[in-house]
Amino acid sequence: MADQYKPHASRDDAAEARYDRRAFLVMMALFLVAPAVVYPVFVMKALCFALFACAFNLLLGFGGLLSFGHSMFLGMAGYASAHAAKVWGLPPEFAILAGAAAATLLGVPTGLLAIRRQGIYFAMITLALAQMVFFFCLQVPFTGGEDGIQSVPRGHFVGFLDLRNMTVLYYVVLAIFTAGFLLIYRIIHSPFGQVLKAIRENEPRATSLGYRTEHYKLAAFVLSAGLAGLAGATKAIVFQLASLTDVHWTMSGEVVLMTLLGGMGTIFGPVVGAFAIITMENYLAELGSWFTITQGAIFVVCVLAFRRGLIGELEAWLRRRRAG
Amino acid sequence: MTFKRKLLSTAAILALSAGAAHAQVSGNVVKIGVLNDQSGTYADLAGPGSVLAAKMAVEDFMAKDKSLKIEVIAADHQNKPDVGSQIARKWYDSDGVDLIVDVPTSSVALAVNQVTKEKGKALIVSTGASSDLTGKACSPNTIHWTYDTWQLANGTGKAIVQTGGDSWFFLTADYAFGHALERDTEAVVIKSGGKVLGKVRHPFPSADFSSFLLQAQASKAKIIGLANAGADTTNAIKQAAEFGIVKGGQNLAGLLVFLTDVHALGLEKAQGLIFTESFYWDLNDQTRAWSKRYGAAHGGKMPSMGQAGVYSGVLHYLKAVSALKSDDGTKVIAKMKAMPTDDPLFGKGSIRADGRKIHNSYLFEVKKPSESKGPWDYYKLRATVPAEQAFRPMAEGGCPLVAAK
Repeated sequence: MADQYKPHASRDDAAEARYDRRAFLVMMALFLVAPAVVYPVFVMKALCFALFACAFNLLLGFGGLLSFGHSMFLGMAGYASAHAAKVWGLPPEFAILAGAAAATLLGVPTGLLAIRRQGIYFAMITLALAQMVFFFCLQVPFTGGEDGIQSVPRGHFVGFLDLRNMTVLYYVVLAIFTAGFLLIYRIIHSPFGQVLKAIRENEPRATSLGYRTEHYKLAAFVLSAGLAGLAGATKAIVFQLASLTDVHWTMSGEVVLMTLLGGMGTIFGPVVGAFAIITMENYLAELGSWFTITQGAIFVVCVLAFRRGLIGELEAWLRRRRAG
Repeated sequence: MTFKRKLLSTAAILALSAGAAHAQVSGNVVKIGVLNDQSGTYADLAGPGSVLAAKMAVEDFMAKDKSLKIEVIAADHQNKPDVGSQIARKWYDSDGVDLIVDVPTSSVALAVNQVTKEKGKALIVSTGASSDLTGKACSPNTIHWTYDTWQLANGTGKAIVQTGGDSWFFLTADYAFGHALERDTEAVVIKSGGKVLGKVRHPFPSADFSSFLLQAQASKAKIIGLANAGADTTNAIKQAAEFGIVKGGQNLAGLLVFLTDVHALGLEKAQGLIFTESFYWDLNDQTRAWSKRYGAAHGGKMPSMGQAGVYSGVLHYLKAVSALKSDDGTKVIAKMKAMPTDDPLFGKGSIRADGRKIHNSYLFEVKKPSESKGPWDYYKLRATVPAEQAFRPMAEGGCPLVAAK
């Protein structure tokens, strides 16, 4: 794991940026044509989870903070946006913003509490808070308990884009994903992102350089929460429902798997990881009871064979080739 | 990015090959999708058994009527509403599925109900419980076949009071579903002349019921109502057996119990438990004959009421399709409502305008180990609730379809 964190020589930075740009263009090209070959709802779901995993990776891969409670942001945002769209009758763009805002607001107190501790304690605090949110969602009437909020209207995005049309919906979701993805990319490559990486590498040293590391960590936590919320809110509009599945702790585990499988601390890793997991969930569903066994076996293989994650291994290989 | 390209092209090939296999699917082939839990909590009471039941219905239908080509497929919704609704959309949009059956887990059933309505296809819910499916969420494309929460609460509450269990104590799971079960049952108990001595809420999910059971025992109520489901119910029953509650003269009343739960618990633990179901394999000659066939193909297991409902629902659906010569979802469901139902498992019955299938419902008590004559001989019939009283009156459901008329 350690070599992944090696700071790249500045000579390499331009090459990295070129590589990122090329990879981004390939990814966008694939997403633009994807609905022609793959079932669009499937890709939309994967895009929502990809954004969720990218938001999670911002915290884990670049801030070094392993949150085990990110489901609360995904789920709460889903409930907030479903409620806003269904009960308050807000148009989808405001419903999604309401969801993201709810997650951001939830991120502030959670972050304040959690970043006071590190490592396993940080993970346990986030898990405990997420469980509280889960029981809150189970009990309060507005979430509909076990049944969730169903038949959320999709409505018209910014007034004229009819989201009931599958193609329109797909490109709106893709636009939201791309905006979130680029925002994360920008954050990582900003001075703020550099400080974040410094804190990940060596927090006492960052403190000695005069950075208030608590502020940076809190900011990263809240940003990650808000972006996870953006994913959850979008998902609620796509599926027209918000349910307990998204606030359940297994969802927090799933996003850790997506990020690790794709490659922690890489830009594209979480996207690939999310697509891999969702593909499994989707295409293995027809295997019936073999589903969980197959999924488990694939994880074991990935952990044994690609410890840096799929994209992490690929990047390492490219780097070796460049060097050699 | 080569990996992702590979991944996507694999996905594309998968999608295309799936498409090619069903490319001939048109109005001529009726495609039935069994959507349920194949590996989790509900795999026993629905799962592969429901797929078998659907296949048996197709077999029995084909034996009499060869005019249709029929195919049955299945998938695991993992009890997640988003997975369920996504599979349903894909089935309807690209795989040519005409009918979805079963769908345990209320949240998934409600989500699939919504998708089915949007796409104008057909849905028969058998293992899903929520009575909202024929209430405020009712749809011209959905029939709720086997049972619902109102029926269980009403049947159990009323029949037990009438057969002497007039004082109740509730053990309720502390979330919306548990509260609703408790509220509905309590109303029926009081209306039928019983009284409620007390109630206690337990956290959901819970593994330790000892303090709650002691309170229930101390209340001296004749009946302890379990307003919970799944593992909570079975845990409460097991621990009640350890406290000797049933041997002490009190009875447990389960509000959501299936044959497969009783089988898993064993008679020693489950004896004396009272609950309502719509079907039991040992009701009459016809159910026995069918269940024997089912058991022979399913490792000797007897069908749950949900699995029996899948058979009966699919059979009636196919009759309607054959009569209509069309598999248009909305039309077939309307035809199904117009035709009286008749099959070996549920006997003669009908389907109401709000989508509620009407048949008898039965109050069973679990036998003592000494009374059981063989494997799967678990129930004795305590009361039969006639079809017209078994389900919620249409006017009380608040179904917009009915109100519009």
